[in-house]
Amino acid sequence: MSRKFATWDTAIIALTVLVLIIASLVVDNFGTSRNFTFMVLDLLPIILVALPMTFIIVTGEIDLSVASTLGLTSSLMGWFWNHGLSIETIIPLCIVIGAVAGVLNGFLITGLGLPSLAVTIGTLALYRGLALVVLGDGAVADFPFNYTGWVTGTIGGGAVPNVLILIVVLALIFGVILHATPVGRSLYAIGANAQAAHFAGIRVARTKFWLYVVSGAVAGLVGVLWTLRYSSARADNGAGLELAVVAAVLLGGVSIFGGKGSLPGVLAGVVLLTALQNALRLEDVSGQALNIVTGALLVLSVLLPNLISSIRGNWQRRKLRQSAA
Amino acid sequence: MSRHRLAAVLAATLLVAAGCGGTTKDNQSDSAGTQASATADPNAKLKEGLKIAYLPKQLNNPYSDVETSGGEEAVKELKGEYKKVGPNDAAASSQVSYINTLIQQQQDVIVVAANDPNAVCPSLNQARTAKIKVVTFDSDASKDCRDAFINQATTQGIGESLAKMALEQAGGSGDIAVLSATPNATNQNAWIEVMKTELAKPEYSKLKLVKIAYGNDDDQKSFQEAQGLLQSYPNLKVIVAPTTVGIAAAARYISSSSYKGKVQVTGLGLPNQMRQYVKDGTVKKFALWNPADIGYLAAYAGAALASGQISGAEGDKFTAGKLGEYTIGKDGEIVLGPPTEFTTENIDKFNF
Repeated sequence: MSRKFATWDTAIIALTVLVLIIASLVVDNFGTSRNFTFMVLDLLPIILVALPMTFIIVTGEIDLSVASTLGLTSSLMGWFWNHGLSIETIIPLCIVIGAVAGVLNGFLITGLGLPSLAVTIGTLALYRGLALVVLGDGAVADFPFNYTGWVTGTIGGGAVPNVLILIVVLALIFGVILHATPVGRSLYAIGANAQAAHFAGIRVARTKFWLYVVSGAVAGLVGVLWTLRYSSARADNGAGLELAVVAAVLLGGVSIFGGKGSLPGVLAGVVLLTALQNALRLEDVSGQALNIVTGALLVLSVLLPNLISSIRGNWQRRKLRQSAA
Repeated sequence: MSRHRLAAVLAATLLVAAGCGGTTKDNQSDSAGTQASATADPNAKLKEGLKIAYLPKQLNNPYSDVETSGGEEAVKELKGEYKKVGPNDAAASSQVSYINTLIQQQQDVIVVAANDPNAVCPSLNQARTAKIKVVTFDSDASKDCRDAFINQATTQGIGESLAKMALEQAGGSGDIAVLSATPNATNQNAWIEVMKTELAKPEYSKLKLVKIAYGNDDDQKSFQEAQGLLQSYPNLKVIVAPTTVGIAAAARYISSSSYKGKVQVTGLGLPNQMRQYVKDGTVKKFALWNPADIGYLAAYAGAALASGQISGAEGDKFTAGKLGEYTIGKDGEIVLGPPTEFTTENIDKFNF
């Protein structure tokens, strides 16, 4: 079983590398350093939110409220800024508020034992609604240039975007936790069988609770980055991002039923989706066609592993029958 | 234990951050880079083969399709390469990736209707650094991140046009009424104010504005308000509706009543909605800016910018094909001109 999923990760990573190489050769202006910066900025929110999302989906749960948490922190960031708070206070405050949004999710799911799908669909609407209450249809835009410029800028004006440091550091931390610590192993155990994990001494509820808090905090951070990137605090910021994130995580080979998946696969999934969209857009493929391509890719990503395993199963059964006869 | 420590660290961070008084709205120094404007050569020839890309608020919107169709026509006249791209949703930030793509494709001109005046700003400025000219239409971006803005109409122009049409249709004298949108609709109120100033002039002295009614941009309410106006003011000669919903509802009521032919309806309307009332004689004339002309003018403005004919500075002049000569106003604004008037003679030429 685990070998099969290892294969899927490798396949996605190989496919991503292939797409990157082909796009650089075939698509004009794809392989330039400026386009690299644009791509990193486009994948920044997806990749950061995907890190805790991977953890949550590995445990067999889901968090659909992330994009609304992002919108709420973006709104509040504008509101605080208008009310004279300093940006150095606002940024940590927004991350804490994101974490608090996660605390509510975590409490409802682990404290009251409600299903995460239902809870986070509810808070998806709730947090977006609150964001609209805070800022309405308005936008706050006059954030200081040294902050907005940092998010869109590159190291020393070169090819490496500043935010790439953030992505690398966070991806390393999450990757090490998931793949090289007991906490990481326990997440897989919870996802494979929560009851068995409980009897094995893993604090299932507590672990899940903290995952939601971390997910909220990261969404809060991304809300800040999003606001600074577009120099625009708005209630509708990031609408629909949760679907892009879940899509990338699943494409990266994480099982929606929990227990399986790896972070490198997820990172490849995010890069694959972003690079594909970027390349197709450079080739003037229309937005609708773009949606069709990504949609088809996702269906395939769920279909193919299942198809392969059932073909393998059939083949093995037939072999067994033959040897029996 | 660890939880308490975490909370303490967070609280301390917040206190420190709050205490040391960092960058706030009031004390920030605005260091955003401003563009050095190039000098223009009014005699420069318009270049051929310019790549002009349109980025409307979102694709598949009938109104913006008409706007960009005018752009396509103009780009063809300019012997340039026309392109239209855009997101499927009108979210504030979804245009940015498209702008980035257009930068990568090294377009010469980007014509954009900004979903958010600020969210598109950093990428538009990146485009300008890459020597791409940026023209906004429909809804402007911040003025420091585009070269020119095509303004469809000025408040003054619309107010004057409404007053003029009312005078014509009333035959020079009589009672008129306004059927507006909501009592606090910004655009409508501004236009009505200009209209009132106009009515105070001597040539309008025989025209009497008896009532301003509000149909709340709701078809049924507007219909009832039109009905009410005629019952309360039997001598009414003209209803002026500066809203597409109001004018259509008023025309529908008049066309099915005994007032048809006696009371005129005019104002701002969409040709497709008003066609039948113009044909059956209920409406003689109404007005609106022509969306196709907005896209058309934007292409010529962009081409003039990219060819170095104009720099976007106030007072620069250029010729926009069939629309004639334009002068750039304050803050890089180019006003399309007085609204187009639609009558039974020309209405079949418009489809929007």
